[in-house]
Amino acid sequence: MPETLLTEGVSELRFRDPAQARALAGALGRVVAEIGRSPVSVMHVCGSHEQAIAKFGLRAVLPRDLNVIMGPGCPVCVTDIPEVDEAIVLAQDGVRIATYGDMLKVPGSAKSLADAQAEGAKIDVVYSAAQAAELARDTNEDVVFFASGFETTAVATAAVVLSAPPANFSVLSAHKYIPPVMEIVAEMPDTRVEGFLAAGHAATITGSAIFERFVERHKIPVVVAGFEPLDILGGLVKLVELVRDRSPAVVNMYPRCVTPEGNRNAQDQLWRVFRTVGGNWRGIAHVPNGNLRLRDEFATVDARKKYQIDVRRLWTHAPSALTQVCICGTIMAGTASPHECPLFGKQCVPDSPVGACMVSSEGTCKIWYQYGGHPDL
Amino acid sequence: MCLGVPGRVVEVRGRTAIVDFFGVRRETRLDVVDEPVTPGDYILNHVGFAIRKIPSHEIQDTLALYELLLKEADGDMMAADVRGEIAASRERGPDA
Repeated sequence: MPETLLTEGVSELRFRDPAQARALAGALGRVVAEIGRSPVSVMHVCGSHEQAIAKFGLRAVLPRDLNVIMGPGCPVCVTDIPEVDEAIVLAQDGVRIATYGDMLKVPGSAKSLADAQAEGAKIDVVYSAAQAAELARDTNEDVVFFASGFETTAVATAAVVLSAPPANFSVLSAHKYIPPVMEIVAEMPDTRVEGFLAAGHAATITGSAIFERFVERHKIPVVVAGFEPLDILGGLVKLVELVRDRSPAVVNMYPRCVTPEGNRNAQDQLWRVFRTVGGNWRGIAHVPNGNLRLRDEFATVDARKKYQIDVRRLWTHAPSALTQVCICGTIMAGTASPHECPLFGKQCVPDSPVGACMVSSEGTCKIWYQYGGHPDL
Repeated sequence: MCLGVPGRVVEVRGRTAIVDFFGVRRETRLDVVDEPVTPGDYILNHVGFAIRKIPSHEIQDTLALYELLLKEADGDMMAADVRGEIAASRERGPDA
């Protein structure tokens, strides 16, 4: 019966090469059976991976005993409440905030940037750091780029900081660095992650070798994979083979975009502008070295140095009762799925999100809401 | 946000390039890419910057997913992500 299920499931999907997809799904089933434990849990840390898994219905072709979990792979979702509050305070003080669209509805302690905008604050949605700098060039007003994203996106912010932005432009960095949070999640007692699928395009910048130290320390394999359904299935097959063989290693299954050393030019710019500091990731934990902050020599471009930002004035309201029920944090840590949250799809929907995971197009809850999530086989 | 978008370089002007993204021509910055880029090359663009030159033998495989996604309506979040990546590049001036 499983054979028929697999065949039907795969043939209905829009794979470029259905025969190859069937072969990969078959191999996954065999390797997981050889491991002989249930469940075998692996984690990816990328919103685009989750989108592709959900959109192409990949979980329908995974073996029952394989659990593919999305971890803290949504930079907007892990933006901490005080970081959102900083942007809101600046906006209330008359600074023009430029930020990625997904950041508008992320709840701060009392309100979101969208709420502040409705009250008259000047908030502009941009698609890139360069557009935020251009906005500053076109106006006399102070413009702060409220920057979110992992290292791949932080590289673009760094390049803009290094290319002489106008004096009325500065950056409020909420950029996060993925490798340290993998350490935190790997050490969480409830997670039991046996392997990580790493995001191909982030590794384009950092190189696959960046995961060597993690593998050495935690004895957990890491496979770098692309975003095509076949790339993801192929990456998962390699990952469960490494689990089966008790062979913690870094394997690059996306050589068409990723090299071991990565893009050195991009890394140089990233580390010239940013340094890592410890900080809270919303719902997850304090992550040592998990936040990217501007180095002291870029103080004139650092909104935290340029302005006195006192977020305490926002703390007069208690968080809403619904916020206390939200389990976004445990979902991002990989120990609960959206269906285990009593708010999912009821009080918490994309138009009126309670938690950050329903806000961003990279959040697990929004992805499952749009694409239907986890088929119950 | 992780997807980026591939495009074909049409013209290089110093640290920027005119790039054709599935019929839409935009300006992409070349500060970050670590190889020389010339017209005819394909690059992977993320938030307005070329982050990698795509090796010629890999181009067809790389384009396939995006061609599929761009047929989807705007409500599809992967399609919206790719369109957002194209919009992240600079619109060309009137001289371009």
